[in-house]
Amino acid sequence: MAKVLMTGNAAIAEAAIRAGCQCYFGYPITPQTELTEYMAANLSRRPGCTFIQAESEIAAINMVLGASVTGARAMTSSSSPGMSLKQEAISYMAASQLPAVIVNMSRGGPGLGSIAAAQSDYFQSTRGGGHGDYRTIVLAPSSVQELADETHTAFDLADKYSIPVILLGDGMLGQMMEPVEFKHEAPAVPPVRPGGLRGATGRPSRFIRSFTSNPAELEELNWSLYRRYQQIQEKETSCEKFMTDDAQLIVTAFGIAARIARGAITNARALGMKVGMFRPVTLWPFPKDQLKELSKTAKYFLDFEMNMGQMIDDVKLSLEGSGDVTFYGRPGGVIPTSSEVLRVITRLYYQKGLNG
Amino acid sequence: MEKIFTRPKSLKNAVFHYCPGCGHSIVHRLICEIIDELNIQDKTIGVPPPGCSVFAYYYFDVDMIECPHGRGGAVATGIKRAAPDSVVFTYQGDGDLAAIGTAETLHAANRGENITAVFINNAVYGMTGGQMAPTTMLGMKTTTSPYGRDPEFDGHPIKMSEIIGQVEGACYVERVAVNTPANIRRAKRALKKAFQNQLDGKGYSLVEILSPCPTNWKMSPVDSWKWVDDVMSKKFPLGTIKDTTGKTHAD
Ligand code: SF4
Repeated sequence: MAKVLMTGNAAIAEAAIRAGCQCYFGYPITPQTELTEYMAANLSRRPGCTFIQAESEIAAINMVLGASVTGARAMTSSSSPGMSLKQEAISYMAASQLPAVIVNMSRGGPGLGSIAAAQSDYFQSTRGGGHGDYRTIVLAPSSVQELADETHTAFDLADKYSIPVILLGDGMLGQMMEPVEFKHEAPAVPPVRPGGLRGATGRPSRFIRSFTSNPAELEELNWSLYRRYQQIQEKETSCEKFMTDDAQLIVTAFGIAARIARGAITNARALGMKVGMFRPVTLWPFPKDQLKELSKTAKYFLDFEMNMGQMIDDVKLSLEGSGDVTFYGRPGGVIPTSSEVLRVITRLYYQKGLNG
Repeated sequence: MEKIFTRPKSLKNAVFHYCPGCGHSIVHRLICEIIDELNIQDKTIGVPPPGCSVFAYYYFDVDMIECPHGRGGAVATGIKRAAPDSVVFTYQGDGDLAAIGTAETLHAANRGENITAVFINNAVYGMTGGQMAPTTMLGMKTTTSPYGRDPEFDGHPIKMSEIIGQVEGACYVERVAVNTPANIRRAKRALKKAFQNQLDGKGYSLVEILSPCPTNWKMSPVDSWKWVDDVMSKKFPLGTIKDTTGKTHAD
């Protein structure tokens, strides 16, 4: 298929339809509303598919829960304050092992915050977000093409591991336009996951629950989730390395911050500085081995995020003390420029004596 | 000898954990009888709530999904939209339907979701030990209204069925009780109609059931059944609140 020019929000919606998303439930919130609008215009007209503008983010995610119970591919999207409202049901879905794709085009917080792009939901996304011991897979694309590709991956991973998957973008990725190519055609009939509840036809009745009054039983549920999380950590990490082979200073960044850092690194290289970038695509599971590996050749790391420093915890945990980590960030929806990041890189490079 | 009374096929052979005199077990049985009579056991999906009836899936022999407190209307919406051939019912208490899940309930009704809502009103939070519910009677003592429910501070008992009766998408709303044999028969008629409406594609049906909770009312079962007549149904009058189906009761 030829490339088309699209906003990130629309690209996710189109990719979801092509991945066989049968049900979308949403609620307007800037800066992701175009996704909801795209689904209203396009998904609702597809045979067998459903679009509902729910009365709240809480209702939307619970509709996703219900649709997922039947084996349908279901999705919702929101932005930071709306994501907070969804956490209860995400915890239930994690406990009940129900797949779903949940998009967060995040914005500045805390509170109502701002509608500008920010990355301050890293902790919420990668630490479960709601109550209880659980994780969700978190994918962090950094271009419109990747938003489309990772949307497809998100549905596949959700089904493969029966787990909610968060696609974490931000207001900038959602609203910017880039050429995108869709690699899949939408299925004529939306797929149905085997094992969903649609009535006990030809089999005994089944129930899905998370509650038990027996702590030992709940402990076993927790350990079984844990084993699955271990499998995911083993098999599903994904990252991008950019000019890291000879790099003495490695910038760690995800999502849109990595786009900004890439420009800064290219310019730093032009100035003769040996700088590279490590970009996790999966924020959970965090590609910690791949990052640790880099500390064999590079000693200095600059963690750059559009928040007060959240992923830096995972960077440090991954390096296990084997790297010198500095942080630079801008919270609140301020979007740093490449030249600003270049200044930080240059200063650090000279401070650490890397200019030889 | 002819067998004239037996356990419904869709009611599992299990001992109810409900307290003696509790309305839940009666309502469970009624729903199961209806599922059998309508021959829908293999396409029914139940949505029970947290609370005393959280273990409903140990009793109903149909597919069930335990859902977050109050979100039954939304979860049932997702199920029914994704699998329109299924028969979906929510089972919700007063804290669930009339407090934490007010929005989900009202909007499921307003969209005219083709589902059946069973609303157990026993005027208290049962499982947590008898706290004040939105439906607690004025002056009634609970653990969180120890001096009696005072309208000045706690508001009045909320009449959710009347509120939902105002909503276009709701096709049938009726309030019944399960405190006497005659009322139990009426309750079954109402519930059966609420399921039939779904099979006929008519939209959202709600049956509110005044249901004794002798444990938290601190009464004997017999006194609690009387209290439903003497006190509760004065505030929550029994009868049809809305019916646009153009159909009389199923039998
Ligand atoms: S506490 Fe009340 S509602 Fe709960 S099982 Fe006992 S009588 Fe029934």
